[in-house]
Amino acid sequence: MNERIQEKLSILADAAKYDVSCSSSGGKRKNENKGLGNAEGMGICHSYTEDGRCVSLLKILLTNYCIFDCAYCVSRRSNDVKRAAFTVDEVVDLTMNFYRRNYIEGLFLSSGIFKDSDYTMERLVRIVKKLRTEHKFNGYIHVKTIPGASPELIAEAGLYADRLSVNIELPSELSLQNLAPEKNYKEILTPMKQIHQGIVQNKEEKALFKKVPAFAAAGQSTQLIVGASDENDHQILQLSDSLYKGYGLKRVYYSGYVPVTDDARLPQLTRPPVIREHRLYQSDWLIRFYGFQADEILDPQHPHLDLEIDPKLAWALRNRHVFPVDVQTADYEMILRVPGVGARSAKRIVAARRFAPLTLDHLHKFGVVLKRAKFFLTCRGQALDSREYDEQSLRRQILFGSGAVRSALVTQQLDLFAQAS
Amino acid sequence: MHDYTYDGSFDGLLTVLLEMYERKTPPNSIQPADAAQGGLFTATVPIATSEEKAARVWQGLLKYMDKEARTRLYHVFLSERADREIIICRYVQLAVEAKGRVDISENYTNDSVRLVADIDKQMFREKHRMEAFVRFEKTQDELFHATIEPDFDVLPLIAPHFTKRYADQRWLIFDRRRGYGLYYDLHRTDIVQFEEKAPQRSTDMSATVLDEREPLFRLLWQTYFDHANIPERRNMKLHRRHIPLRYWRYLSEKQPRETRFQPIKNKTLTKDSSQLQ
Ligand code: SF4
Repeated sequence: MNERIQEKLSILADAAKYDVSCSSSGGKRKNENKGLGNAEGMGICHSYTEDGRCVSLLKILLTNYCIFDCAYCVSRRSNDVKRAAFTVDEVVDLTMNFYRRNYIEGLFLSSGIFKDSDYTMERLVRIVKKLRTEHKFNGYIHVKTIPGASPELIAEAGLYADRLSVNIELPSELSLQNLAPEKNYKEILTPMKQIHQGIVQNKEEKALFKKVPAFAAAGQSTQLIVGASDENDHQILQLSDSLYKGYGLKRVYYSGYVPVTDDARLPQLTRPPVIREHRLYQSDWLIRFYGFQADEILDPQHPHLDLEIDPKLAWALRNRHVFPVDVQTADYEMILRVPGVGARSAKRIVAARRFAPLTLDHLHKFGVVLKRAKFFLTCRGQALDSREYDEQSLRRQILFGSGAVRSALVTQQLDLFAQAS
Repeated sequence: MHDYTYDGSFDGLLTVLLEMYERKTPPNSIQPADAAQGGLFTATVPIATSEEKAARVWQGLLKYMDKEARTRLYHVFLSERADREIIICRYVQLAVEAKGRVDISENYTNDSVRLVADIDKQMFREKHRMEAFVRFEKTQDELFHATIEPDFDVLPLIAPHFTKRYADQRWLIFDRRRGYGLYYDLHRTDIVQFEEKAPQRSTDMSATVLDEREPLFRLLWQTYFDHANIPERRNMKLHRRHIPLRYWRYLSEKQPRETRFQPIKNKTLTKDSSQLQ
């Protein structure tokens, strides 16, 4: 019995791990019934896997049997892989017991399509309903809806789940036709729209009547696979932008394609495009929190993200005419756009300059990375580095000059390149 | 200038602050009595803790700062830095001088203000880490037990989180370094002291005390942890930055495995896929 459950968990966690969403934030569920758990505010990463990704939720498939044959997916019908299926009670028992031990923030439940969409979706709903009603479980629940599931079942799932997601996976209809012929954009976008409307409507009702039960209070998200098909970064960011704006999505996740087959329709990668994925996340972040417009980051003339430098620096190098800005007078929004200045140091700058004129030393103590920022800032009209650089030499100066900083991710990748060559 | 000494409690420190203003004598140093080193040319003044005076000071601070700033001072105290008393004192002096007319809490050009903000941030991070890294083990009498050794004294800060979250189970979180714990009995959470240095690290508890399903869930958690990983993306540098080595000791997923990890064969690559590792 124990070995069986261990084997199932291995198979069904393995099959779920390519879904990169792990967020447990944005929930509003309090523990008001003396039950177990709560899902309020910012999420918690309880651990990190050896690939450096956050472990916040018990992320599993109910089953990896699937009637579809999406080329990029390990659970595709034609793949020769061990199959397994949990029972409803097994998932409930695992979730409760992991949560009680503070291993997780909650459950991320998804599934391959077993028999048909509604048959599968109905089981997912049964699990989350049981957790909420029979076990008074108030932890975080994210349900990935099954393609083609009926609106009624999706609506019911939204009553128990904090977050719902519908994965687009491929960033264009054409790629979808090519790699996942049983899916189409219409079937993906329809439930997205339904969930969006459900959330908006629920918010309105909640404003009127306090007692209305919540509907997917932590919003909806989706995932795009990067590098399995031909779309460029510009197309991908445009798509995300339209999803944020048109469907009110909370998050778009980017999953660097991990080669799982040598199907000729897919590119033969030696390793997943980790840096590209990282740059997409940075761009996404700039759009959501730094006030950047998608077309400021990339446009049809510049359709690819620069792998060597982050998108904020890339933007600044392309827009030298707006710099330098003065720390004493520039708007917060503009200071936030200075390379080497993060949100925390930007806040400190605008707060502290009310008290005294800021010096280089202050900036350094506020956490500004001067090696980058000095080319784009002035202190009381005084340039911090008065030499004139053209774009290329400035870029070299920042990348390879003394004290150049790189993220652990990029360093590792560059190490790997160095080894390979 | 005086060298003040006190009993090392937060109430004690607040009492010192009051005395210092009443005596109109700023400190040369403020130190817990057992750690104090007398100055050569200054008088050592021991201050007896008064709960009543401490409460007055705590309330009175609000005339000069908002609640958030006041809380930050408490966090500085819990950081256990050797110079925490003087940092707190300087901040209070600064706020009092500004007479509450200017909110100094955002004057980051001032070293004391920035130091308080930075320590507060460190404390928040450690609190958040402990909320993440506590691993409960269930005992036969249905107590969920965990041991931690945080860098700072964060038990008081994590108590509300665990009380809200684990409302339907009895639990105990023991700070082994500081020799005290939090105990929730289904109604309230209390601070508990232990006579001897027991209980030790939770995983040292003899197997007979643990609930019979405990080893199973530990095994399943380890299994989950191993299989959620994508080997092609392995990045131990990043991994260790997120979970620094010093925390591994109490994380069940970082303990040795009883059986070797067996990856799921989910690929149908005809080429040699080992090059991907
Ligand atoms: S429907 Fe989902 S599980 Fe099934 S093959 Fe496609 S992506 Fe994989």
